[in-house]
Amino acid sequence: MSAHDTAERQYTLDRELQAYISECRGKEHSESFLISVLHKVQARYGYLSQEHMQEVAELLGVPASTVSGVATFYHFFRLQPQGKYKVSFCLGTACYVKGAPAIIDAFKEELGIDVGETTKDGLFSLEITRCLGVCGLAPVVMINETVHGKLTPASIPALIAGIRKKEEAG
Amino acid sequence: MCRLRDLLAATNGKGVRIVGTILEGYARLQAAARERMHERIKAHQIEIHIGDATCENAAGSLEVRDEFEKLIEASGRTDIVIKKTGCTGRCSAEPIVGVMQHGKPPFKYQSVTPEKVRRIFTEHILNGKIVLDYLLDKKTKNEYRYQVAFYKNSTYCGAEPFDALELADAGLRAAGLGETDVKLSLCLNRGLFISHCDVQYYMIVFPQIVRYRIRSRADLEKVIAGHLVGGMVVGDLVEEEDALFDRYLTTYADIEFFSKQTRLTLRNSGIVDPESLDDYVFYDGFGAAARVLDGMSPEEVVADVKKSGLRGRGGAGFLTGLKWEFAQKAKNPRRYIICNADEGDPGAFMDRSTLEGDPFSIIEGMIIGAYATGASQGYCYIRAEYPLAIQRVEMAIDKARAAGLLGKNILGSGFDFDLEIRLGAGAFVCGEETALMHSIEGRRGQPRIRPPFPAESGLWGCPTTINNVETWANVPVIFLYGADWFARIGTEKSKGTKVFALAGKVKNTGLVEVPMGTTLRNVIFDIGGGIPGDKMIKAVQTGGPSGGCIPVGMLDTEVDYDSLAAIGSIMGSGGMIVLDEDSCMVDVAKFFLEFTMSESCGKCTPCREGTLRMYEILERITRGEARHDDLDNLERLANLIKKTALCGLGQTAPNPVLSTLKHFKDEYEVHVRDRRCPAKVCKKLIVYEIDKEKCIGCTACARVCPVSCISGKPKMVHEIDKDKCIRCGQCWTTCKFDAIRKN
Ligand SMILES: Cc1cc2nc3c(=O)[nH]c(=O)nc-3n(C[C@H](O)[C@H](O)[C@H](O)COP(=O)(O)O)c2cc1C
Ligand code: SF4
Ligand code: SF4
Ligand code: SF4
Ligand code: FES
Repeated sequence: MSAHDTAERQYTLDRELQAYISECRGKEHSESFLISVLHKVQARYGYLSQEHMQEVAELLGVPASTVSGVATFYHFFRLQPQGKYKVSFCLGTACYVKGAPAIIDAFKEELGIDVGETTKDGLFSLEITRCLGVCGLAPVVMINETVHGKLTPASIPALIAGIRKKEEAG
Repeated sequence: MCRLRDLLAATNGKGVRIVGTILEGYARLQAAARERMHERIKAHQIEIHIGDATCENAAGSLEVRDEFEKLIEASGRTDIVIKKTGCTGRCSAEPIVGVMQHGKPPFKYQSVTPEKVRRIFTEHILNGKIVLDYLLDKKTKNEYRYQVAFYKNSTYCGAEPFDALELADAGLRAAGLGETDVKLSLCLNRGLFISHCDVQYYMIVFPQIVRYRIRSRADLEKVIAGHLVGGMVVGDLVEEEDALFDRYLTTYADIEFFSKQTRLTLRNSGIVDPESLDDYVFYDGFGAAARVLDGMSPEEVVADVKKSGLRGRGGAGFLTGLKWEFAQKAKNPRRYIICNADEGDPGAFMDRSTLEGDPFSIIEGMIIGAYATGASQGYCYIRAEYPLAIQRVEMAIDKARAAGLLGKNILGSGFDFDLEIRLGAGAFVCGEETALMHSIEGRRGQPRIRPPFPAESGLWGCPTTINNVETWANVPVIFLYGADWFARIGTEKSKGTKVFALAGKVKNTGLVEVPMGTTLRNVIFDIGGGIPGDKMIKAVQTGGPSGGCIPVGMLDTEVDYDSLAAIGSIMGSGGMIVLDEDSCMVDVAKFFLEFTMSESCGKCTPCREGTLRMYEILERITRGEARHDDLDNLERLANLIKKTALCGLGQTAPNPVLSTLKHFKDEYEVHVRDRRCPAKVCKKLIVYEIDKEKCIGCTACARVCPVSCISGKPKMVHEIDKDKCIRCGQCWTTCKFDAIRKN
């Protein structure tokens, strides 16, 4: 893509991301930064929209089909908007053995949604991950980047209420 | 141990570089780092160690640190300082707080909360009185005049072996000193003796931290009389060398969980500040790289790694030196190295702990590997689920680069090497080396057929050396302490130590590092503390989704690569999940298969379709819908996938099923024939009943039952309609009178 095109095309990705992508593009094996770029886009917007993926393809100079192929291959990437609080259940071995399924049920019941869904108010979404590397505290869940350990089904309502309260307080 | 002064004197006579200049440069770097560290130590009476790692933080260490900060500030004391450390590996007792004070042994507190902080601060830190109730070491009953730790030399070659504990105890009693004056303990850190096979015990006396060489009874008697009774250091028996285990002992004293381990990989985790280059260098960090760059040729480096016997810790156990040699001999001059930090086994966390707690050791290992294989660019591929590990490695790379330890002309050696991080994105298969390289290249992480092996054609078609985090962390040890020394630890074919992530139904969950050849029983009972409650251990799962279940009858197996393979499991990356009588082996096998099935990349049919078919059979078995030939079909299918799948994921996916079929066939048969789950795990096979004797008619169960199949009047015995019951178990969790039975 020439400089002229870039000037005309309006990107919705923020400036910082655009700068990062063009920095990557200037490096050797620029296409190898695709996954890093997608991580940054997801960190900024919570998920990868079609539009953003298209822009990444253009800015990084890789085929759009490669971008969507990569985005769909890796479990970590979300193609739908996520809740403000992303609850990731660990379903690793230690957590499973120590009762993770009951923790998942408790969240589902408390929030009234299934795994893979987001609450109507956009606050919570539920997903499964594998081993967060804190097996010693199993069962655990990660809410955004904070890990909560040694959970019991009974402790879940208070955990959720705590977050709700924090949100209401602003 | 290879001391710096020996290093400085070393020449190999054939280097083109002037031997010694790099080591001199390193010596200056280290002297400056030590100077700064000593300044810090001198300036503070008390150092409070608080773990800062994903596990510690999840357990509440950040709140604990905040509380300490507040109290220190309020007290106006400037001689108290907080030190951030990595994870100690004692997960179930976290947050762990260490109080280090000049002239005192270290004290470690467990499961610390802000409330406990207040008591520890007032009683211990301000008033010098330890808070016994909160100590991690339950064997500490009071503050002692002396704490004595004996390290028994497993390679002792002298005459007249004796029992130091017994002799010391008798000697102290005779001198009128009792259990409250001196605490004696025997530590197990086997294989850590650098030289002196004629030394039977190393004896370390706290709080002065004096190390003695004990060759004979007479030596021990002399130390008892001179030091413990007389209060004078016995100069002629003092050992000047500080061995590798010293740093553990001086930070953790004689706490059993630690003193029974042999920490090579985890030598710094929980001791150094992971974000401080000074701290790493203080403990000879980058000394191995300096030595290699100074006087050794790449061929000599490879020869030493081969001689050490180090095998890959990522799963397959391939000889590291041999792998490096392939890359070294490859034709293409453009080469890469990779650190595999994808840690995919869903029950292993040693790599996370090392990355978070000692990131510089990985960098140092990789510098050595790059030099040996002729690579100038390296990648650290870290899974995205480990945000703190990513942050720590990033910071370590920046700091190392700023100090001239990465980049152009490392330590003035003329050798260039740099390191970049690439992130995984939640695909287990990306731990497989060819898939991982595709992922680094920015593509879908699908494996390809080998050969060619990465050593010949890897990243962008260039020769590539890929090793696991733990493998890299071991490399500096070989060059600091010597390949021969390394090869003395472990078994004939598996050298060194292995870190296990001990989890599941075991008291002391956490990271345990032991010499190869240690028995499973030692790990689970001596270090792990056994099974919680009064439950019985049933099996141990090792190797994660590629491994197998080892029945309780085989707990005396001496763990190494070959012995585990012989009993149908694998070492894998070191996940070790303890299962007790409440675990259903069919359910466990199904759990792993569900995992591999959903992680299959779909490239080849045996794995994509085969794991699905196997899973369906297991579903039927756990739902009580099994057909009579299902077990035979399951086994046949498993063996077929093993033989025909393209990559390691598919080839090992059937292992959990095959090993449970082999060792727990009867449990499968009960599910199939009697439609019963003996461990009462498989929901569909559980029958809920109300015990007429115990039910008081509180109605609680009837109110929670989602299908309203519980009937009964208030204050009368209730009853479950078994045909309507959907076996959700809610009544069972609700009843406060233990009146609901699972059958
Ligand atoms: C499905 C699969 C997953 C793997 N996951 C990992 C992993 O998470 N970490 C790792 O170091 N090796 C993993 N391996 C092994 C690697 O392919 C490779 O053998 C290893 O990184 C080599 O390093 P080592 O020789 O130091 O063990 C995996 C292999 C397979 C087949
Ligand atoms: S064995 Fe499974 S993971 Fe490996 S290539 Fe085949 S389908 Fe993919
Ligand atoms: S909850 Fe327990 S005690 Fe109460 S009615 Fe049900 S079975 Fe009886
Ligand atoms: S197991 Fe569930 S469905 Fe069955 S009786 Fe109890 S609460 Fe009702
Ligand atoms: S299994 Fe859940 S953190 Fe490891």
